Amino acid sequence: MWLKLEARAEASQRMRYLSPLIAVGLTLVGGLFLFAALGKHPLEGFKVFFFNPVHDLYGLSELCLKATPLMLIAIGLAVGFRASVWNIGAEGQYIIGAIFASGVALHYEQSASHWILPGMVIAGAVGGALWAAIPALLRTRFRANEILVTLMLVYVAQFVASWLVHGPWKDPQGFNFPQSKMFADSALLPILLPGTRLNAGFLMALASLAVGYVFLQRSFYGYQMQVAGQAEEAARYAGYSYKRTVWVALLTGGAMSGIAGMSEVAGPIGQLTDSVSSNYGFAAIIVAFVGRLNPIGILLSSLLMALLYLGGEQAQQYLNLPSSISKVFEGMLLFFLLAADLFIGYRVRIVANPPLGKLLWKAH
Amino acid sequence: MESSLITSIVAATIVSGTPLVLVAMGELVTEKSGVLNLGAEGMMSVGAIAAFAAASAGASPPLAVLAGMLAGCALSLVFGLLTLTMLANQVASGLALAIFGVGLSAFVGKPYESAPLPMVPPIRIPLLADIPFIGPALFNHQSLVYFSWLLVAAVIWFLYRSRWGLVLRAVGESPSAAHAVGYRVIALRYAAVAFGGAMAGVGGAYMSVYYTPLWSEGMVAGRGWIALALVVFATWRPLRVVVGAYLFGGVMISQLFVQGSGLKLEVPAQLLSSLPYLATIVVLVIISRNATTIRLNSPVSLGQPYRPDA
Repeated sequence: MWLKLEARAEASQRMRYLSPLIAVGLTLVGGLFLFAALGKHPLEGFKVFFFNPVHDLYGLSELCLKATPLMLIAIGLAVGFRASVWNIGAEGQYIIGAIFASGVALHYEQSASHWILPGMVIAGAVGGALWAAIPALLRTRFRANEILVTLMLVYVAQFVASWLVHGPWKDPQGFNFPQSKMFADSALLPILLPGTRLNAGFLMALASLAVGYVFLQRSFYGYQMQVAGQAEEAARYAGYSYKRTVWVALLTGGAMSGIAGMSEVAGPIGQLTDSVSSNYGFAAIIVAFVGRLNPIGILLSSLLMALLYLGGEQAQQYLNLPSSISKVFEGMLLFFLLAADLFIGYRVRIVANPPLGKLLWKAH
Repeated sequence: MESSLITSIVAATIVSGTPLVLVAMGELVTEKSGVLNLGAEGMMSVGAIAAFAAASAGASPPLAVLAGMLAGCALSLVFGLLTLTMLANQVASGLALAIFGVGLSAFVGKPYESAPLPMVPPIRIPLLADIPFIGPALFNHQSLVYFSWLLVAAVIWFLYRSRWGLVLRAVGESPSAAHAVGYRVIALRYAAVAFGGAMAGVGGAYMSVYYTPLWSEGMVAGRGWIALALVVFATWRPLRVVVGAYLFGGVMISQLFVQGSGLKLEVPAQLLSSLPYLATIVVLVIISRNATTIRLNSPVSLGQPYRPDA
């Protein structure tokens, strides 16, 4: 008995949507093994990690709160990834968005105007878009690889935030902690459910998924971008501008990441700190892929990713494991997805007699 | 500036450029075989924590490096399995590797935080180290620095003077032709990926055991990504990789230059810290402007999956 890969005549649409589910299933199984390997009771670990965080209303509200920045960033990234523009630096655009939004909040701290929050959203979007405009310009003018440029700018953005909260924006009454003043109430997103931290940012995220759905699935322009990503030659032949695709891809991703940054400083954090992001920019890349670059998929996968975040916190509290265990889960999820995607284009055949001595890679 | 200061700056530049030399050399060999592994940052991180854990458990520094090498290699084989056997997208798989490696190292490394190791003493090469000025700058380093020089020589010899190096380059230029002549493209690519992973692991081990003998989350700080940029910057030529690595090594210790220059500059520390990342962008722009240079020098099949039909 031997397994042989055989190319499918046509990519399997069913596998395209089954593959994320398979990946999630394998990640859960992998989780059981991981807990066992760490000397924890697998089922107990499983319960603490995946069930405890969401067993009550407060837990569910925290889940939606964590999913908010992930949704916002991932839907923006999906626009770019569909066009094969690899914006890997959402983390940096998020930070700059948070800084711009904080700038508005701190500048108008005496004001109680209702226009402050909309102003912060716009400032966040502009900040994120500006940060993403750098790789867009360098890509379209000098062909500089956008993966490396967006990534390098993550580090630079972190230094900018660090400089601000250690220097000009440091709270004078902050006991020397690297953080800005707390924002005034007028610069904080309204709470949706009393007694929880869930705020209006969640509604923004849902709305942007809806807008994303129309743009990606229903608009001619979204279609053009997809063509540009999948068949560059065809796109050029049809007269779709590649440069415009790169600009739209990066600016959208940047603006959405910036809004996500705003939703965090004006939401659960309430001020600018030098650890304003919890790796959301990178986690959202996984969210976008697992969600198949599709708004509904992103809704589901961002909730799953949020659960991994909360599970990590629970594991730290009740299992005495570092909370970075969620990053191990994130990585596993992406690996399993990439592996399962093989079966979109190929299927496995069982061959009776394998050629002797052939290893798997030769048996293709 | 007095000469002893210049000597110490040269020495410090070499020390800080060494991890880049190690990682970029490995990545160069991987890319020469036509495989783009963007996971260097992850493999470095995993190598760093594996080496640090081994050293904390009492392993000697060379043994710790071996542990780092094996860890980097193991992670690279996951990438190999995904991209070479399961034909997954190389860009996405490399990103997954980077995210996973950084996360795994943070998870495994938690108990090791704030527990520094003893410094590894430098090895003074007799006679050579006595040469005035040059000696102390070049020949009074930790063992891995010398190893990195041997590695460069070995990679140059392998790629341009050995039969299998020629085969490897052929695989990178045209896998189908190499396959048609009877070479095992996938097996060779596995070997190149594993070598890249091993060297990234050594680079990580250098960071956590030799360079700053302690573990902290995120200590690799983008060096894996910078090494990737270096390979492009060097247009896939080993000696240029070395030059680039030391240039970046110099940028990374720019604080030393500022202090040494005696100028009272009112520059925020964060600006100096972000210089290597900004320099990477500048360098990428300069080299990418000329599309022909890149096209002529990059391995033709770089990043494209290959599946023998037979």
